Amino acid sequence: MDNEGRQGLRLISPPLIFAIAMLAAPLLMVVAFSFWTQNYLDIDRTLSLANYTEAWTKPIYQTLMFRSLRISVLVTIVTVLSAFPIAYYLSFHVHRRKALWLFLITIPFWTSYLLRVFLWKVILGYNGVLNSALLWVGIIDEPMTFLLYNANAVVLTLAHAWAPFAILPIFVALEKIDRSLLEAAEDLGDGPVRRFFRVTLPLAMPGVIAATLIVLIPTVGDFITPRLVGGTDGLMISNMIQIQFGKANNAPLGAALAVSSMAIIASVSLLLYLTGKKLGGKVE
Amino acid sequence: MKRNRSPKWLAFYAVAYMVFLYAPVVLLPMFAFNDATVIAFPLSAFTTKWFDVLWNTPALHLAVKNSLLVGVSAAVLSTILGACAARATARYRFPLKRGILGFIMLPMVLPEIILAVALLVLLKQLGLPLSLWTVVGGHVLICVPFSIAILTSAFNGLDQSLEEASQDLGESRWGTFQRVTLPLVMPGIISSLLISFTISLDEFIIAFFLTGTDVTLPVYIWSQLRFPTKLPSVMALGSILLALSVILLILAEWFRRRSAHKQGADASATGGFV
Repeated sequence: MDNEGRQGLRLISPPLIFAIAMLAAPLLMVVAFSFWTQNYLDIDRTLSLANYTEAWTKPIYQTLMFRSLRISVLVTIVTVLSAFPIAYYLSFHVHRRKALWLFLITIPFWTSYLLRVFLWKVILGYNGVLNSALLWVGIIDEPMTFLLYNANAVVLTLAHAWAPFAILPIFVALEKIDRSLLEAAEDLGDGPVRRFFRVTLPLAMPGVIAATLIVLIPTVGDFITPRLVGGTDGLMISNMIQIQFGKANNAPLGAALAVSSMAIIASVSLLLYLTGKKLGGKVE
Repeated sequence: MKRNRSPKWLAFYAVAYMVFLYAPVVLLPMFAFNDATVIAFPLSAFTTKWFDVLWNTPALHLAVKNSLLVGVSAAVLSTILGACAARATARYRFPLKRGILGFIMLPMVLPEIILAVALLVLLKQLGLPLSLWTVVGGHVLICVPFSIAILTSAFNGLDQSLEEASQDLGESRWGTFQRVTLPLVMPGIISSLLISFTISLDEFIIAFFLTGTDVTLPVYIWSQLRFPTKLPSVMALGSILLALSVILLILAEWFRRRSAHKQGADASATGGFV
């Protein structure tokens, strides 16, 4: 190895060692745990697939897993679809003060996540802001009950929480588009709609795919939002993982659930990535 | 390209979207100053009594102190680690560069609950007690990728010939780093410190799993959300935090732009901390 390579490796070794100790080791430990079993207060370290059998066959875990996947996919679709027009507007129609717009978009994201989720509960609740405001104005006669404590509330809250993560990658992809290509499409007779679907959208695909993955993966692991606004029908797999590591005191089962949900989400992501690559070419 | 007239609906949509984005945030100060225990419209009289409640809650003060300790430690550590990685990737070519960097950046895409339970399992296996320091460790893990993202652009914008000139003029490596490199990337470093601090201050899931008997601010807030009578003062607390975050972010953004400006680069918004 040359001198430069050695220097580079020496310089990157502190963060690398930290990541090995605090990331690789814990993740491997979780995988190991998932093959062990909880024996009252002790951990039985003989390898077994019992946790996985339980995680994959018991109806409650299956239900939670499917629901988590369904909610996450729904959140991703809603977030990306609603974010696209904003990113498009910023990239193509805002000419001055783009930075200010981007800054304004990111500000709500930097306020306490916990409080933002809680505030949606305050907005959507029976005596909440929306109901009380509509009652006060006289649009409705009695509070609407379908707003809170269901999967839709979870989708709305998460779509709000992850909005900037979807807007920014799409915006960056749109900014990179060579504007002369759009002119060329126009000169060659494409109308605005055809131009959008044949030039703009395919070129923005890398951003869309990046946004999809950035939103999809972490939302599966959220347990605050389902807990605060989801009710019983909105609980997700991460709530169960939290319970297994906490009250239920069955860390190995919790580990198996965590590994399983990661495996599922990783394969969905990989599928998306490959499809995106086929559709849009290079994905970063 | 001829300038597009913005379609009306698109501009309207943009405004509506911003309203959606700010809806919960705007409510915080509204109810923090509202003289009623119930969080609902119509608003009653103006009051500052919920803020007074905060001054008289020792448990909250302890949580704030813990959070500051964790936030400052996490910010300093993640900036140091981030600076190493950013400098290494900006300056040197070395084997497995992409793989190593990708691995260090991984916590950015992993769900926090996975990181939290993984660290918890390891700590328990090692028999280490949970404390504020375990929370610091977890926070450094999630802050490092952000530090790297900010600092890489700072180090990338650095003109290598300045360092070479300094060494040619007889400065040692360390002297060059101290007197040439560091001042040039300083705005990036401050921006990284501020962002990491803000992330740590807000982080709940990892703190929730990894904290022992000492709680951080978000864990304290979580415990308060169960009591309806405490809600108005939680709103007041949230308003203070909101103001604080916005100030920190404006500072961070200002420093980042100054760093870009100093290096003569275009201070575009896209290379920022996001």
